[in-house]
Amino acid sequence: MTTAPLLKVEHLTMRFGGLTAVNDLSFEARKGDITALIGPNGAGKTTVFNCITGFYKPTEGMITLTQDNGDSYLLERMPDFRISWKAKVARTFQNIRLFGGMTVLENLLIAQHNPLMIASGFTFLGVLGIGGYKAREQQAIDKAAFWLEKINLLDRADDPAADLPYGDQRRLEIARAMCTDPVLLCLDEPAAGLNPRESHDLNTLLLSIRKEMGTALLLIEHDMSVVMEISDHVVVLDYGTKIADGTPAQVKADPKVIAAYLGVDDEEVEKVEAEVGLQ
Amino acid sequence: MATPVSAPAARQANMMAALKEAAFAALITFGLCIPIIAWGTRQNLDNVLVLDPRWDTVAWAVAIVFVGRFLMALRQQKKGEGRTIVRILPHGTFARLQGHSRLFSLVGLGFLITFPIIAITLAGWGGALKWIDNFGVQILIYVMLGWGLNIVVGLAGLLDLGYVAFYAVGAYSYALLAKNFGLSFWILLPMAGILAAFWGMLLGFPVLRLRGDYLAIVTLAFGEIIRLVLVNWVDFSGGYAGISGIPRPTFFGIPFTAADNGFAAVFGLEFSPLYRTIFLYYVILCLALLTAFVTLRLRRLPVGRAWEALREDEIACRSLGINTTNTKLTAFSLGAMFGGFAGSFFAARQGFISPESFVFMESAVILAIVVLGGMGSLWGCAIAATAMIGGTELLRELEWLKVIFGADFDPTKYRMLIFGFAMVVIMIWKPRGLISTREPTAFIKEKKAISADLVQEGHG
Repeated sequence: MTTAPLLKVEHLTMRFGGLTAVNDLSFEARKGDITALIGPNGAGKTTVFNCITGFYKPTEGMITLTQDNGDSYLLERMPDFRISWKAKVARTFQNIRLFGGMTVLENLLIAQHNPLMIASGFTFLGVLGIGGYKAREQQAIDKAAFWLEKINLLDRADDPAADLPYGDQRRLEIARAMCTDPVLLCLDEPAAGLNPRESHDLNTLLLSIRKEMGTALLLIEHDMSVVMEISDHVVVLDYGTKIADGTPAQVKADPKVIAAYLGVDDEEVEKVEAEVGLQ
Repeated sequence: MATPVSAPAARQANMMAALKEAAFAALITFGLCIPIIAWGTRQNLDNVLVLDPRWDTVAWAVAIVFVGRFLMALRQQKKGEGRTIVRILPHGTFARLQGHSRLFSLVGLGFLITFPIIAITLAGWGGALKWIDNFGVQILIYVMLGWGLNIVVGLAGLLDLGYVAFYAVGAYSYALLAKNFGLSFWILLPMAGILAAFWGMLLGFPVLRLRGDYLAIVTLAFGEIIRLVLVNWVDFSGGYAGISGIPRPTFFGIPFTAADNGFAAVFGLEFSPLYRTIFLYYVILCLALLTAFVTLRLRRLPVGRAWEALREDEIACRSLGINTTNTKLTAFSLGAMFGGFAGSFFAARQGFISPESFVFMESAVILAIVVLGGMGSLWGCAIAATAMIGGTELLRELEWLKVIFGADFDPTKYRMLIFGFAMVVIMIWKPRGLISTREPTAFIKEKKAISADLVQEGHG
């Protein structure tokens, strides 16, 4: 491994009152890698995402993002919209959050809000029709069209986003996040609710994003076919604590991971119970 | 499988169900009418309470509710299967009309520009004053207020119940600055707008962390605070007495008076109060068109899209790098600015203002215009404002109703009743407002209207 870590999470702890959702978690996501964050329900994966993207302020710990040009950002100190705009971390949501009453194209234009805002002279010039806003908007539309082409939705660009079928909505949300030009894209269960064919298409899309855009991916996923097939690096969480960290093959063979997902043999439970004097 | 029912039997059952529902509604109305309508109260000369029974009125109310509810129940039963029984306009009328919105806009604009001439031609020099002032200017003030509030409520989805506060700020800014410093209307108009926008921002900062109902309550409170300050800070605002003798706007320096340097004398015309009214009409028309122009422009700019995105989903906005606080504040202060413009115009037109003009009822009327019109639609707001303000003005014209209902019948007293009835009808017929489609701000191939069923109303 020669590349520097893009995202470095150190001793991240998040407490909600008495509940510790994430406990002293440290891991790294490297540039150009697909890092998967897996774990049983309630393991704290989404909480980790919310900390990275600024929706939660972590109780303890440090999240450092280092960009190609050497700029580094302490994400735990930034408000959410600046994380997207300056640190270039984009995200999708577990329950799709598209702008349903707006067209597919408009969804992708909103993702380019900040550069367009500057092009419109922070609205002042745009209202008067001065400056190159029109040309810049056309560029933004072209970029949106590029992404729509990539997710096969160009035909539906002028339809409201809420009218799309579920699988298309998932892909549109990814395209929308990509329109912010992220260096790190965080995907919260992108394959949830997709049929095998759709999740295969998703794999292709994610791999091509990594290859063509050079964007690193961090994904939460329950669908093991996606995780094992495309990820370079897997981090396993259980009850907010990291229990394994390595390549998919290593993680798959880890007894702790198997225990967390499948439970343990009855004999073993009895043994432990006998040790602590329950029987 | 349910046992097959013959068509006449099914129709009879439907009819029975509708009758039952109507009877129930009528019963409730009867119950409500007893304490409110059934007895009129008055005092006689000995200060003794006299009750005048009014059972005929109760019977009317019950009968109207019975028939209305019966028709509605029939209409609802037909939902989804074939044509509805009660239909005012053929299906898809609005959609078809909206297809020609550009044409309508041009025709509407042409009508508005020539309205004073039309009024003078039809009503003569004497009668035109009422039409231009009471209908033209008055309606346009509310159209402008509706369009201003539309930015906050319709586009950004922030429920603002205290919009009249900014109207008041604009009016008092003009009144006080013009009276005390003698500044002209044309300097004070932008200044009043800026002051109102500043107040919008000031009130916005603490409020915008709140969402939904909480935001509505706090904006309501702010509206009342501004009014109460104006009532109680007598040294500043004159309290209940208000401010009178506010300088009237001049025609670029030429006053509209009968004097030798007045408008009529300078242009060699015979003096008439109509000139001022026509001038005011064109001023408010320009202001309203400015509001519409800015709104239409902003919708296509990133800030306008961000407002609508905010109404759809605030969390997604934050994840896309949109500073939601700033975006909400711009909506709030821009809406306030147009309120301020309208306020300063109002003060200049009336020549007298008092806190009485800025009560909560005004906020409610403006909000009703936005909601009835369809959130976010400029056309809808304009139609709703015309119907509501023009409609109440029109009630004054219905003298002939006295022939039917007796000499002491005053149609204007029924204003609130009709207002409430219109609300109920719109809620049943067009729950998302008159114009309930959203027009996209950008397109690749063709522009398709988006049904309001997909559009969110906003949560805060």
